[in-house]
Amino acid sequence: MANTIAAHHDAELHEEHEHVVLPQHRHHFETEEQQREAGSFGMWLFLLTEIMFFGGMFFAYLLYRNWYYPAFVAASNQLNVPEGTANTVILITSGFFMALGVWAAEVRKKGLLVVFLILTTIFGFAFLGVKADEYHEKWEKHHIPGASFDVKEFINPAAYGLHEEPLAPDMAQKTQVFFFLYFAMTGMHALHMIIGLALLFWLTWRAHKGDFSSGYVAPIENFGLYWHFVDIVWLFLFPLLYLINRHPL
Amino acid sequence: MSASTYTIVNLPDQATATMPKRHYINNEHGLLSWLFTADHKRIAMLYLMSITFFFFIGGAFAGLIRLELLTPQPDLVASDTYNKFFTMHGIVMIFLFLVPSVPATLGNFLIPIMLGAKDLAFPKINLLSWYLYMAGGMFTLAALVLGGVDTGWTFTTPLSTHYLNTHVVTAATAIFIAGFSSIFTGLNFIVTIHRMRAPGMTWFRMPLFVWANYAASVLMVLGTPVLAIAIVLVALERLIGIGVFDPTKGGDPLLFQHLFWFYSHPAVYIMILPGMGVISEVISTFSRKRVFGYTAVAFSSVAIAVFGFFVWAHHMFIMGVSNYSALVFSLLTMLVAVPSAIKIFNWAFTLQKGSITFETPMLYAFGFMGLFTIGGLTGVFLGSLGMDIHLTETYFIVAHFHFVMVGGMLMAFLAGIHFWWPKMTGRMYPESMSKLAAVVTFIGFNLTFLPQFILGYLGMPRRYHAYPQEYQVLNVLSTAGATVLGVGYLLPMLYLAWSLKYGEIAGDNPWQATGLEWQIQSPPLTENFTEIPVVDYEAYDYEWLANKTEHEVTTVG
Ligand code: HEM
Ligand SMILES: [Cu+2]
Repeated sequence: MANTIAAHHDAELHEEHEHVVLPQHRHHFETEEQQREAGSFGMWLFLLTEIMFFGGMFFAYLLYRNWYYPAFVAASNQLNVPEGTANTVILITSGFFMALGVWAAEVRKKGLLVVFLILTTIFGFAFLGVKADEYHEKWEKHHIPGASFDVKEFINPAAYGLHEEPLAPDMAQKTQVFFFLYFAMTGMHALHMIIGLALLFWLTWRAHKGDFSSGYVAPIENFGLYWHFVDIVWLFLFPLLYLINRHPL
Repeated sequence: MSASTYTIVNLPDQATATMPKRHYINNEHGLLSWLFTADHKRIAMLYLMSITFFFFIGGAFAGLIRLELLTPQPDLVASDTYNKFFTMHGIVMIFLFLVPSVPATLGNFLIPIMLGAKDLAFPKINLLSWYLYMAGGMFTLAALVLGGVDTGWTFTTPLSTHYLNTHVVTAATAIFIAGFSSIFTGLNFIVTIHRMRAPGMTWFRMPLFVWANYAASVLMVLGTPVLAIAIVLVALERLIGIGVFDPTKGGDPLLFQHLFWFYSHPAVYIMILPGMGVISEVISTFSRKRVFGYTAVAFSSVAIAVFGFFVWAHHMFIMGVSNYSALVFSLLTMLVAVPSAIKIFNWAFTLQKGSITFETPMLYAFGFMGLFTIGGLTGVFLGSLGMDIHLTETYFIVAHFHFVMVGGMLMAFLAGIHFWWPKMTGRMYPESMSKLAAVVTFIGFNLTFLPQFILGYLGMPRRYHAYPQEYQVLNVLSTAGATVLGVGYLLPMLYLAWSLKYGEIAGDNPWQATGLEWQIQSPPLTENFTEIPVVDYEAYDYEWLANKTEHEVTTVG
């Protein structure tokens, strides 16, 4: 009795599946639909973990901003708003092309999909280029936290031609905390962009091979979610770091 | 579509049981077929081996700690070496043993089968989780070989960032990577439970083991990223040194505490919830009754997960959180005890009037109930403000968390390993030997940790390698207990390995249990089910079973 089931299973082991399966269908899903739903649900959950991840830094930022308000205002005045604004536009454009890419995949237009993925990639790189320029500027102004960080211009802004309130030396030190968080947050965001760009190369190549022209679009859709998430994080970072509570220069 | 029926419950027939010709273990051969497998059962076995390995490393350090504490003099090692010992012990036990133990081994093996699925939703991500776990383990070993870490497993800042010059960054990397392993495991479980259930497997027909792992997975997915970012900040601060956590530079160490405990308190439940799931299965099977208050037990897992996120600051009572928030957190802490108590009471009611038998898993389950209750009650002591200030950072804490985690989780882990061993390997463990091991473990455990409650109450602080003469008797007892306990852990290692070759053939359903996992062959086929089952009965329907011996089940392919 104990092995009736076993024997039963053994006999049937090599029986072929009867339903037609697309090449991308994985054996352990019962239906294509189930596979697609599982994939997108998984992606949403993953993005939730990402929110928690960035959430820790946002929490730290808000806390310190409260405590060291003058230092944070002074330091955020040193950020390059035109470049930040340009980057916001660039990133939204890239997100727009990505959305078009998802649409192209869904209507099975292979050529268009490849074009939109490439456009997404180009704007992604443009964003990183501008970011690199900003980082370079911080380097020149000695605003990179660590050994060579310089607070003199926060203590005596007039000598540097800045129309800022001078800060007491220990408050001026706190600008370093601001820049640390600035680099941690934008750096983590940039890292997500770099990972995204690597994935874009791979997806573009697969799209070119025609992998997504048969109605199987889950990877494109899920990557789209990721890319929009990266956009959205920036849409929080930009006002928080660059814009709020600036005073006229 | 093909439909077929088969008998769902087998009569005891072990004498004539034979090993199935094909199963997941012999389906493919060679080391590479294991290292590149996407089969959740093989991945579970990979985890079982690696987790056992790290458990014994952590255990070795426990032994060294207890050896040092045999005498009041600091005679075995210098204090900084001692600090490295307990840090290694803590890091390995928490991140490489407790957090992954039940979910990554038993959960991985059983959850798809219990739901009637052929695999987890993302088999490749599952394999990736194991590689991440191993990478985390390797970094931990690297930190050890390079000279160790002495911050304690909590990485308390600014100690870890500014004042201690050891391999904090390496250890932090280890934990960061291992963290992703548990995020992916949790994510895989959640998606599988939502999307891969067989027809008829409703939420309230799921085994409680699945519920418990579901709740733990939610905690893993939401909590671990916060730990990850806290750890990244520690590593960055060490590398650049700008003072986010350093009060002398305007940073605030409390920030780290908030971020760390936001994960690490729920982490206690990540560790204990899956164990509670095991206990529900074992108790129901060996008292041949449906778990009393099934729904309450299921929801209490979820409640623990939710409350778990609101009590973290009880780790910070002495670190200067405001009185008001301390009071709130103290009350919330008491609240978490409620769902845990619900579980204990429901298990007790299940046992009452059940036809109880005392197989090895059941012995461990009884051990769990007793020890976890003591651990939990002493936790309530600690949750109340006044007591905490007297007892914190003493051996009372050490005893408390070992009762919960070692007495609770480890007992549950062993219960589960014995319970499902026949399913996983197709062979039985030697029964009398394993009963002996369960008893030795229980005695050794109590001898080790009961004296520590007294030591803590008398005021012996933790994390010191020397102590006043008058504490020696109790410490000698504790070290003796640890030796007995060590034997208790080694025994299963040996006889389980032995049973792989010489154990009795188990048959499909040696315990006459009802779960789906018992309806397939042992060890299972790679695809678990050749046809996806249709579930038309409630979980643990033993009362109904008593009246019938056969149950027709329809399956569709
Ligand atoms: C085998 C028996 C064990 C013994 C004899 C033992 C003993 C000890 C001792 C003496 C300490 C140091 C207390 C201090 O000075 O603060 C300690 C700490 C700790 N133990 Fe164990 N332990 C054992 C098993 C375990 C297990 C199985 C776990 C987890 C599964 C565990 C988790 C911890 C943790 C998290 C700490 C805190 C480490 C720290 O302070 O950083 N222990 N243990
Ligand atoms: Cu806690």
